[in-house]
Amino acid sequence: MNTTMIKSIKTQVSSLLVATLLLGACSKGGDAKKENVEGDKATSGATTITVKGSDTVLPLAQQEAEKFMAKNQGAAITVVGGGTGVGLSAMQEGTTDIAMASRGLKTEEKLKLKGAKKDVKEALIAYDALSIIVNPSNKVSQLTREQLEGIFTGKITNWKEVGGADEKIVPYSRETSSGTYEFFKEHVMDKKNYANGILMMPATGSIVQSVSQTKGAIGYIGLAYETKEVKALAVSYDQGKTFVAPSMEAAKNKTYPISRPLFFFYDATSEAKVKPFVDYVLSAEGQNTVQEIGYIPLSK
Amino acid sequence: MKRYFHNLGEKLIEGLITISGTVTSITVLLIVFFLFKEGLGIFSQSPVAEGSVIAVHQNNPVKELKAAEVKEIFDQNITNWKEVGGPNAPIKLFSIDDITDYYTEEQIGANFEHLPQRLNELVAQEPNMLAFFPEEYLAKDFKGHRIELANVSLGDFLLGRQWYPTIQPAVQLGVLSLILGTLWVSLGAILIALPLGLASAIYLAEIANPKVRNILKPVIELLAGIPSVVYGFFGLVVIVPLIQDVFGLPVGETALAGSIVLGIMALPTIISVSEDAMRTTPRAMKEASLALGANKWQTIYKVIIPYSISGISTAAILGIGRAIGETMAVLMVTGNASVIPHTFLEPVRTIPATIAAELGEAPQGGIHYQALFALGCILFLMTLAINLTVDFVSAKKKENR
Repeated sequence: MNTTMIKSIKTQVSSLLVATLLLGACSKGGDAKKENVEGDKATSGATTITVKGSDTVLPLAQQEAEKFMAKNQGAAITVVGGGTGVGLSAMQEGTTDIAMASRGLKTEEKLKLKGAKKDVKEALIAYDALSIIVNPSNKVSQLTREQLEGIFTGKITNWKEVGGADEKIVPYSRETSSGTYEFFKEHVMDKKNYANGILMMPATGSIVQSVSQTKGAIGYIGLAYETKEVKALAVSYDQGKTFVAPSMEAAKNKTYPISRPLFFFYDATSEAKVKPFVDYVLSAEGQNTVQEIGYIPLSK
Repeated sequence: MKRYFHNLGEKLIEGLITISGTVTSITVLLIVFFLFKEGLGIFSQSPVAEGSVIAVHQNNPVKELKAAEVKEIFDQNITNWKEVGGPNAPIKLFSIDDITDYYTEEQIGANFEHLPQRLNELVAQEPNMLAFFPEEYLAKDFKGHRIELANVSLGDFLLGRQWYPTIQPAVQLGVLSLILGTLWVSLGAILIALPLGLASAIYLAEIANPKVRNILKPVIELLAGIPSVVYGFFGLVVIVPLIQDVFGLPVGETALAGSIVLGIMALPTIISVSEDAMRTTPRAMKEASLALGANKWQTIYKVIIPYSISGISTAAILGIGRAIGETMAVLMVTGNASVIPHTFLEPVRTIPATIAAELGEAPQGGIHYQALFALGCILFLMTLAINLTVDFVSAKKKENR
């Protein structure tokens, strides 16, 4: 077996399809194919690493793995999505070497890992910022965290309550299976629940599409997905004293509040095996890839 | 000798056919059994996440809470104990992540060995606290008392209006809005597809000349071959904005959008099945009608449609069957808001879309997982009812002959 392959099992084929169509990112598939052909020529496989978890980290880990394998003939990295929770439980069962996570460990998870007598190491690999987007025709250009909480819990229902036109607010959310859904609930909505009538979209691409064609819409997406068809809002986490617009710069210097760390978790016993890959991701070259894909690199 | 082999071969083939028939039937029955076994498990589960405890101070008179009340409390819509039958005091919420606000890491212990004691102390100190933490950290001499939540009941499940399958600490599983959403979208689809499909079928069977029909029929049947995700995408970028503009709605992802997309998807079935039924009208009957002085429209209306009515009903029912079970296209265009729809111009969430969107992340064997299977059972019963109707109608058709 001297094949070097990336297998990315797409849990939500459909959502990726939409995203692909919307972003016109058809070229990626071609690259992957080329990799496979090149990989076939590579000499004997030495280490095989499996990486599993968050769908947010998936595109990044995939790209990093491709570049890593191009440099290190013989390394084989399998990247699989499925969600942060899936990755962490797979690591606990020992079916994956690295768990990708779009959040830190919860106390519950720490307790569980302690219970299983696992010594888990974490590597912070990048940051991801969430943009709050509205339709470009919307006059509102900034909101406070409290206002966002009101909108998504259903307490604020008209744009005029937050300084806009007399128009019904249509909030769009991701599906419950998404890590972004949980992150938004925890960090923006103060752990309160979404309103009962919230619209749920299966993919980030669908949110961009819907917000761009719905006048009163508001939604949240990863910074990397921002397009010209939607308008990003400045947000304030200090009751309206300072508003910060989402940008790569603002996220890097931590002035933009809605950003989250992306992690690799791995078992201390398999550290020797995964270290080269983790180090590559943290290297200057790996961090360049982070920025290319649209995530925020770690500041040195 | 030759005859013997001939017989043996026949026996073998007969045996193989019997076995494959049996295996298929058993597989189908096993799948149904599995579906119901998983689905019915939900009624023996507590809505509180497995291995978790909701507890209060021992002097707190509140012994029981409903899942809905727990949600309102943790959403801070209920903030005083007197609203749920307790003393007039504000409710203080505590979840395990907040432990570091009360104790230092040293007090908790590096391996959380002192955590049960600390939780015990905390609940004993705070008379107004509602604590939520993992069961394994419940101290043996726990001084507070646990609040038990009633298991999910059939009534709560079928008639509940709130679908919050992932929330902590207690989930809310009311599927009424999902069932109504599914029925609503399917009804709309059939209202759109039936007249259109019937008109096309009449045109193809009676009016179009053979050349046109030979081109049109394959084209219509081609519609059935388009993947549903393509219909969904088409719906999202074309039909949704159109509905929004035409009706001046704040949001275009509505039951109507789903109905239109499903209607288009059900058309090929309805057209081909009802066209076939119409074409079986005996020539003698049509000619007799014409000979009596009826014109073409009267013949269609009075002779062909009544003759083929059972075939048309079958077509309609098969169309509904497709509409009820369709997942992807609906997931993309209906907005998936779990509210009870009052008009076609509101977002809805359907059962298949819910299962598709949530099953991937639902922990196996958990209450959410079982709730999705129970939804599958409901969908199964709906389609079963439709299939039985098809059988009934076709039986009647045979009787008529």
